[in-house]
Amino acid sequence: MLTILLILIPLVAGLLTFFLGGSNAKIIALAGALAELATAVFAWTQFDPAAGAQFGFQYDWITASGISFAASVDGISMLLVLLTTFLVPLIVLSAFGHNYQNPATFFALILFMESALVGVFTTTDAFLFYFFFEVALIPVYFLAAVWGGENRLKVTFKFFVYTIFGSLFMLVALVYLYYQTPGTHSSAITAFYDLQLTPAAQGWLFWAFFIAFAIKMPLFPFHTWQPDTYTESPTPATMLLAGIMLKMGVYGLIRILLPITPLALNQWGAVAIVLSVIGIVYGSIIAIQQRDMKRLVAYSSFAHVGLMAAGVFSTTLNGMQGALIQMLAHGINVVGMFFIIDIIFSRTNTRYLDHLGGITQKTPSLSVYFMIMLLGSVALPLTSGFVGEFLLLAGVFEYNNWLGAAAGLTIILGAVYLLRMFQKSMFGATSVNTEHFQELTLSERAVLIPLTIMVFWIGIYPSTFLEMTEPTVNQLLRFIHN
Amino acid sequence: MQEPSIPDIIQLIPLKSYLILSTALFVIGILGVLIRRNAIVIFMSVELMLNSVNLLLIAFSSYKSDPSAQVFVFFIMAVAAAEVAVGLAIIVMIYRNTRTIDIGFLNKLKG
Amino acid sequence: MPVTLLVLIPLLPLIGFLINGIGFRHIPKGAVGLIGSLAALGSFAASVAVLLAFKEGGSQPMIVSLFDWIKVGELNIPFSFQVDQLSLLMLMIITGVGSLIHIYSIGYMKHDPGFGKFFSFLNLFLFFMLLLVLGSNYVIMFIGWEGVGLCSYLLIGFWNKNTDFNNAARKAFIMNRIGDLGFLLGIFTIIHAFGSVEYTEVFRQATGLPVGDHVVFAITMLLFVGAMGKSAQIPLYTWLPDAMAGPTPVSALIHAATMVTAGIYMVIRSNVLYTLAPETLEIVAVVGAVTAIFAASIGLLQNDIKKVLAYSTVSQLGYMFLGLGVMAYSASMFHVITHAFFKALLFLGAGSVIHAMSDEQDIRFMGGLRKKLPITFITFAVATWAIAGLPPFAGFFSKDEILAHAFEHNKLLWGIGVLGSALTSFYMFRLLFLTFFGSFRGTHEQEHHLHESPAAMTIPLVILALLSAVGGFIGVPEALGGTHQLAEFMSPLFDTARQVNPEAFAATALTHSEEWILMAVSVAVALIAAVIAYVMYISRSAVPAPESEARTGVENVVYHKYYIDELYDTVFVKPMKSLSGVLSSFGEFVIDLFVEGTGKLVKGLSNLGRQTQTGSIGYYVFAMVVGIVVILFWNLLLN
Repeated sequence: MLTILLILIPLVAGLLTFFLGGSNAKIIALAGALAELATAVFAWTQFDPAAGAQFGFQYDWITASGISFAASVDGISMLLVLLTTFLVPLIVLSAFGHNYQNPATFFALILFMESALVGVFTTTDAFLFYFFFEVALIPVYFLAAVWGGENRLKVTFKFFVYTIFGSLFMLVALVYLYYQTPGTHSSAITAFYDLQLTPAAQGWLFWAFFIAFAIKMPLFPFHTWQPDTYTESPTPATMLLAGIMLKMGVYGLIRILLPITPLALNQWGAVAIVLSVIGIVYGSIIAIQQRDMKRLVAYSSFAHVGLMAAGVFSTTLNGMQGALIQMLAHGINVVGMFFIIDIIFSRTNTRYLDHLGGITQKTPSLSVYFMIMLLGSVALPLTSGFVGEFLLLAGVFEYNNWLGAAAGLTIILGAVYLLRMFQKSMFGATSVNTEHFQELTLSERAVLIPLTIMVFWIGIYPSTFLEMTEPTVNQLLRFIHN
Repeated sequence: MQEPSIPDIIQLIPLKSYLILSTALFVIGILGVLIRRNAIVIFMSVELMLNSVNLLLIAFSSYKSDPSAQVFVFFIMAVAAAEVAVGLAIIVMIYRNTRTIDIGFLNKLKG
Repeated sequence: MPVTLLVLIPLLPLIGFLINGIGFRHIPKGAVGLIGSLAALGSFAASVAVLLAFKEGGSQPMIVSLFDWIKVGELNIPFSFQVDQLSLLMLMIITGVGSLIHIYSIGYMKHDPGFGKFFSFLNLFLFFMLLLVLGSNYVIMFIGWEGVGLCSYLLIGFWNKNTDFNNAARKAFIMNRIGDLGFLLGIFTIIHAFGSVEYTEVFRQATGLPVGDHVVFAITMLLFVGAMGKSAQIPLYTWLPDAMAGPTPVSALIHAATMVTAGIYMVIRSNVLYTLAPETLEIVAVVGAVTAIFAASIGLLQNDIKKVLAYSTVSQLGYMFLGLGVMAYSASMFHVITHAFFKALLFLGAGSVIHAMSDEQDIRFMGGLRKKLPITFITFAVATWAIAGLPPFAGFFSKDEILAHAFEHNKLLWGIGVLGSALTSFYMFRLLFLTFFGSFRGTHEQEHHLHESPAAMTIPLVILALLSAVGGFIGVPEALGGTHQLAEFMSPLFDTARQVNPEAFAATALTHSEEWILMAVSVAVALIAAVIAYVMYISRSAVPAPESEARTGVENVVYHKYYIDELYDTVFVKPMKSLSGVLSSFGEFVIDLFVEGTGKLVKGLSNLGRQTQTGSIGYYVFAMVVGIVVILFWNLLLN
């Protein structure tokens, strides 16, 4: 029952915001997002990691076809639901400082997006998964296309078509699987797990799913939509994209691709993992010379997600657990980063590193928050990024020592590009743009402080989250390896 | 002598003649649609085609003593009437907008 | 042993960091210095108490587990501390020297606007450094390892308006990260091989392996890469001289006494593994020896007082690795201790000089300072004497022990070591003479301002001078009638290693007379070098040539540090930057070509299809009729 509440609350809140919003839109939206967070936290307190899928809900949707509206929460879902519900209120809050046109629509779209995202992370029906997977695209498309920068139309069109193109492969694969199910057919994901597919069929399915998720995350070489979209979108949309939506791809790998095509993994897993590792190094190297802060963080996010995918494809416990905790950590870091860039942009009207500098002299507090987010990103121990990256690299290393070493370059290159960004924006002499840099406002602090707390929580006591997902991951791995 | 029934009258003429007539009418209709450019004439040609079919239906109905074809005819007539109402209205609107009913000028749908 | 006391050791600096860090700009300066120093002193007191309790409790190593930090399947990485001889020694150095440097900083940084920030960073550094040495497994060590790297970054770039300083800070962090990757991969290999990262468990399992096992070789090499980064060994040493951009107390604490010795700590901590990998030790010894002499030779011609000391640090660290390489673990630790004393003293003395000289660091503009800064002069002289390896000061004993072991192991390495010690002696006395003797060469204004530093700065100098003078007596070799208390104290650390490779720990084959000869040789060499320096810089009162003067061949190459920075720049930095540029323009363009190409293809096809849509109704109707006719033909005639 809780699951359906989790999906419905943001939807209802979104509708309320849309119809009754007016000038109070942001308040209603924030209240809705907080109510959702409260529900998620309540679910978390009731959650028993050892008990598998919980709070289940099932409603026969298209009875004749065996498609049902079914959702439940297991360890992996819980983690991602918490991430989503934690970030959305902050994303809403982060938009408080801006005067976006049509605030009611703007905030309603964010909440619709949240509903779809929670749907993706909780549903247990493959068609519903596809449905939410696609529905989540619509609000963020409009957010980017309506409130974005100059090139928004071209860029968002590319983004939209590209991801839809990928999803098409997934749809074909799902339909194929559906017709393989025995009896009157069923589209439950677990029914797909039980199919005895030939290795050849699994190979095709593997690539169909891989392309869909690789575009979404994105993985090398399917990433060219990403830097442009991140740069052109309004920051709340960028946060949604990088903080949460990207995780749909990784989640898809874990939930759909691996368990359905375990045999193909023996054959093609190496290719996938090599692509992921290439992405890590490639993205990191490109990030080194970027001038636009948003674009730089976009490439860094691209590199990080490559590592997550590599960890998932290693199908080791370390790699999987690392990917999960890293999803959480990355979501928090990247949202923090983009928010700080937004703060800088709102005060200086530029995101170009060459035009910035010396901000720490004006607002030391901003540079402290920035440093904390940065440390989380470069995986300094006791901050959020370390646990994930450590486990991920350990997992990839276990899979293949050389790949592990290559993936490990991320800890060097990450420091190279992020410290460069930090130095160029925060240190040095002030520029014309940063001379009158204003102190942080209350609502800005209200976003940054929870993020900071989470950075240290994950870094210092990751067991909270590791224990939550471990039983589910173990079960999944046992299934894959048999 | 009892007056012959309509089916009997119809059957006085061999079925082949009906077929030839209605085919001729139908082809005239098609040629009208294909060749003429005046929307109203095209419309009339379409009606002609419909009626040729109606004729054929009636003929077969009589020969086969099956009334269901006649039901079709009524149905077609009703639809044709409705179609004429809508179609003429569209033509009137086209005329008002473009001051012509020559279909050669109506190429806005060009892709 | 009281657990709370142990926890307090790292916790106090952390609390100090939080108070000063969060409240900075609101807390008055006096309170900031007090809080920061008290945190360090409290930590020192706790360390002493733990040391006493440890000795009382029969010197048994103890592990205190706080909580499970990372637990995934079989792999459990607890957040736990280990107390044994090694960690206690490091604790004493870190908190002891650390406290002195905190106190010194109160005086040194008094006029700096970032006073509070400075103290909070120093405390944070202590916290991480203490974690590094207290951790009971490699991952906790890694926390500290990276944490001190961060603090080093923050403190090198402390004056962050200066872009050069920031670049130096970034360089330090990135070079350290290169080493850290090696360390991290070493940890993964350990996990792979032993399924645990706890020292006790890893070493217990390692005892079952044969000497020369290739997995252990891989582990030790990877860990050594980490050590190279942190302890500034060839090829990852270039960050340390640049790191002198930071405030001088930072150079003393982080870049001389504590952080840079983390690599040595790590090797000694893993002595079981290293003992099992003689090939690695061979490499460690060679890298150490080469670094020792290479850095010393650069030090010969440097004119920046802190740069000289920086190269000296690199060189001394090389000695320590040489010691490790020849399995003189406790001798290296001995040198870590004595080096912490005299090098911290040298840096603090240099700081005192810089303070007096209104931020002038070039020794060409100093001279004759001994009259104006008597305390600084005397303490600096003691430290110089100690680092030059002249008896009876601290450096003599520790360096000699390393050299003796090297002699036993490999005569060539010993030769390099002795040559290095001659160079050390020369550049240190050159520094001493140019700074404190002769006549003043700076501006009038500077001369006018010359003054001895305040008590907050001189008291630490005096204490460190005393330690540099007598510190060596904790390790007097038997040849000189001592008992070498330090070696005895550390001996239990190597019990396991002794078991796995007993030959390596065989008692020294050198007779006492041989040892005396070795000592005499190194002392004589150091003395000769000192005399040469005296002749050059006092008798002939030579002053190094100014920047503008052309230098010849070898001198030019050495003066420019063998162009290693330029080499790295050309070989790594620039290609990486161009690669980044190429990938972000051309690489992305090519990939996008395929993406956009697909779109273009669809567009082209649709353009073809578009041709059929003429928009003429007649055409459509005709098509329809033709279509119907075709279908009719198909159905009626062909079937």
